Amino acid sequence: MIAAPYLHENASISRTMGLVMLALFPATVLGLYQFGWPAILLFTTTVLAAIVAEYFCLKVAGKIAKPFLLDGSAILTGWLLAMTLPPWAPWWIGILGAFLAIVVGKHVFGGLGQNLFNPAMVARVALLISFPFEMTLFTQPNPFFSVYNLSFNDSLDIFLGYPIPDAFTSATVLDFYKAELSQGISALQIKTDSLTQLLWGNTSGSLGETSALLIVLGGLFLIYKRVITWHIPVAMLGTLTLLASVLFWFDPNSYMSPVTHLLSGAVLLGAFFIATDLVTSPVSTRGQLIFGAGCGLLVLVIRTFGNYPEGVAFAVLLMNGFTPLIDHYFKPRIYGRDRKGQPLSNEP
Amino acid sequence: MIKLFNIRGGIHPDDHKRFSAQQAIESLPMPLLLHVPLQQHIGAIAEPLVQRGDQVKKGQLIARHQGMVSAPVHAPTSGRIMGIGGYPANHSSGLLVRTITLKPDDEDTWADNIQPIDDPLALSPEDIASKVAQAGIVGMGGATFPAAVKLNLHKRYDLHTLVINGAECEPYLTCDDRLMQEHAEAVVDGVLLMAKALKVEKILFAIENNKPQAQKSIAEAAHSHAHFKVVALPTRYPLGSEKHLVQMLMGKETPARGLTADIGAVVHNVSTAYAVHEALREGKPLISRVVTVTGPAIKEARNLRVLIGTPVSHLIQFCGGLTKKEDAVQLISGGPMMGQPLSSTQVPIVKGSNGLLVLNQQPQKAEQACIRCASCVRACPCGLTPLEMAAHIRRGSLDNSVKLGLLDCISCGSCAYVCPANIPLVQYFNYAKGELASRQRVQHKQQETKRLAEARTARIEALKKARQEKMLQRKKEMQQQKQASE
Ligand code: SF4
Ligand code: SF4
Repeated sequence: MIAAPYLHENASISRTMGLVMLALFPATVLGLYQFGWPAILLFTTTVLAAIVAEYFCLKVAGKIAKPFLLDGSAILTGWLLAMTLPPWAPWWIGILGAFLAIVVGKHVFGGLGQNLFNPAMVARVALLISFPFEMTLFTQPNPFFSVYNLSFNDSLDIFLGYPIPDAFTSATVLDFYKAELSQGISALQIKTDSLTQLLWGNTSGSLGETSALLIVLGGLFLIYKRVITWHIPVAMLGTLTLLASVLFWFDPNSYMSPVTHLLSGAVLLGAFFIATDLVTSPVSTRGQLIFGAGCGLLVLVIRTFGNYPEGVAFAVLLMNGFTPLIDHYFKPRIYGRDRKGQPLSNEP
Repeated sequence: MIKLFNIRGGIHPDDHKRFSAQQAIESLPMPLLLHVPLQQHIGAIAEPLVQRGDQVKKGQLIARHQGMVSAPVHAPTSGRIMGIGGYPANHSSGLLVRTITLKPDDEDTWADNIQPIDDPLALSPEDIASKVAQAGIVGMGGATFPAAVKLNLHKRYDLHTLVINGAECEPYLTCDDRLMQEHAEAVVDGVLLMAKALKVEKILFAIENNKPQAQKSIAEAAHSHAHFKVVALPTRYPLGSEKHLVQMLMGKETPARGLTADIGAVVHNVSTAYAVHEALREGKPLISRVVTVTGPAIKEARNLRVLIGTPVSHLIQFCGGLTKKEDAVQLISGGPMMGQPLSSTQVPIVKGSNGLLVLNQQPQKAEQACIRCASCVRACPCGLTPLEMAAHIRRGSLDNSVKLGLLDCISCGSCAYVCPANIPLVQYFNYAKGELASRQRVQHKQQETKRLAEARTARIEALKKARQEKMLQRKKEMQQQKQASE
């Protein structure tokens, strides 16, 4: 006999995953349009490889693959990973990354819901450390219908690993800052892409990270649909902005402006889609605020003082490691009890 | 307008009240047999006063209460007692409870001692409470706690407010809504009597905004009483939970493991107020109640005045029957969020039955892995972390789930309502609570056995000692006698 409750909200795992994909859609389409056929080939390969890896893992674990494959979580992991790859990376980066994400990032921990770290970020960081060249080779936007667009055959060559001609490569805004600042050039003198370029995504960068506007739009959609709450994004972006502003105000010559921090690299994608990953972030609102703030702080520290120009993946992974601890110490207050769990006294 | 305070969590399910909301309360024809359980309340089971073959009159006391927390039972109509024995309870377990079966004689004649009371408002608080106790009134929102015990709380607590729970936040149910609309005067009268018994100076009658007509009717019936306020509540589940209702009205939480009386409020239900009115104005004990028969699988949804003890099958028949075969529907006693599944249509309507819900049978969805989406945490009105409690219970560590607040869970089902992974969270919690309770019983029993055994050894020891002393004494006496005779 089925027990109460007999009413259920129209909620399911596949619906949740589907909503996240829907939210990612605009930024993804723009990325694919912007970076042409090589990006489309890489994106498709990564997602397909994630599905294959999931199927393989479920088979090994002796689970029936169908309901799990349909839950959409593997597709989403592949999708998110692809968003953070250099758009013209060769095929094997996508495949290797997808397998790393699904096998090491997810199933080694016991499958969906069990993983401590964000699978896509595990893969990204592993790739970055193992293949620093391929993982930091970015290209200028070369959208379809423009003179820069590459033919399908040329794209296939790039996809298959043919070296990217120098004429197409370009440093990202963050790379540029890092390089210039390290040579003692004042941040105020550095000329990079304009704000409008960053907003619309007309800049070099990872496949799906370039358009600040579309990513924020997708994030707001997720908050509206209550898949995520505002706490992590606001805490992360707020902390980053605040700290970056302090540094910038303190010495505008050696530190990047808060606006550049916010609009470049993986910060927005990270704040709305990666740090908010349901499985690997805390469940209480206070926990989420702390988690978000931690991500923001770490991004700033790594970007400013670390060896890498970008720090979102590292920051999120580090905070993922703290999630069980945060969940343990920052639970919601139980009705009728104080924060320590003692019954409230009934003195007026 | 009274200021409302916010509560955490909660959900907004479709209220599904349209099925029966427009149906005026109708009386049900007399069934062939009535099965009146002796335990329809929380507390000690009532003790039968009649035997097989006895003729009883309507309203006659047929089982008396036992102990402090208990409630008597009255004959719902006149007729002959067919027997007293085990009969399936109105509960998912379908376990047998001691039940009096009555065959109506269709005369429906009242017992002689049922007489109207002239001016019940002139009675003392103690008298009101004792009349409520004699009438067998229990909390009719489903909690079935003896109402008089709650009315006597003023003796031990500093009370200032009587809250009437007209939230009826369970979807589908409309019995309180209809009662408030059709019998506003009587309900208000019952409320005033209860306020008198409680010696409180303030009455807050809370009704959710999906019942505007009821809000209006009650406000009109109560307009001449300055201390009586009708409060419009937002429509949100589970506002009908006593502690959350009081929090919304007064901005204060009831301390854990305590009563709302701890913060000065007592909550009673609309149907209970109506029963109090009947008992104190007409002298009538609680022998019938309004039941909503509703759901997509019943032909005609209705609100019925039903004699206690009427079999569920009789209600279904009166409502045109089921739209499907009996094994394709799910019968539920109560609402869809907290109701009990019924395994048989033979079980009787009892004092706490507010609804009979007939849903289409649906296959149980497969439980998936928790994706830690935190929806359950956000939905929980008690500030719990359902996902973690369930994980501990699944692993068998009940103690850890208790540390996380399992015993503060009110089983409202909000968490299971929102869970995308179809995890039957409430089932886990109810299982664990049951398990803990039975463990406690076992422990209690063991302690009791040990105590008894120890007492027995002590008794035997004492006897032995006494005997030895006696023997010594006798020996001494004999020696003395010997010495004396020598
Ligand atoms: S709602 Fe269900 S899936 Fe989401 S955290 Fe709670 S138990 Fe897990
Ligand atoms: S059933 Fe318990 S844990 Fe679930 S929402 Fe209600 S009070 Fe919270």
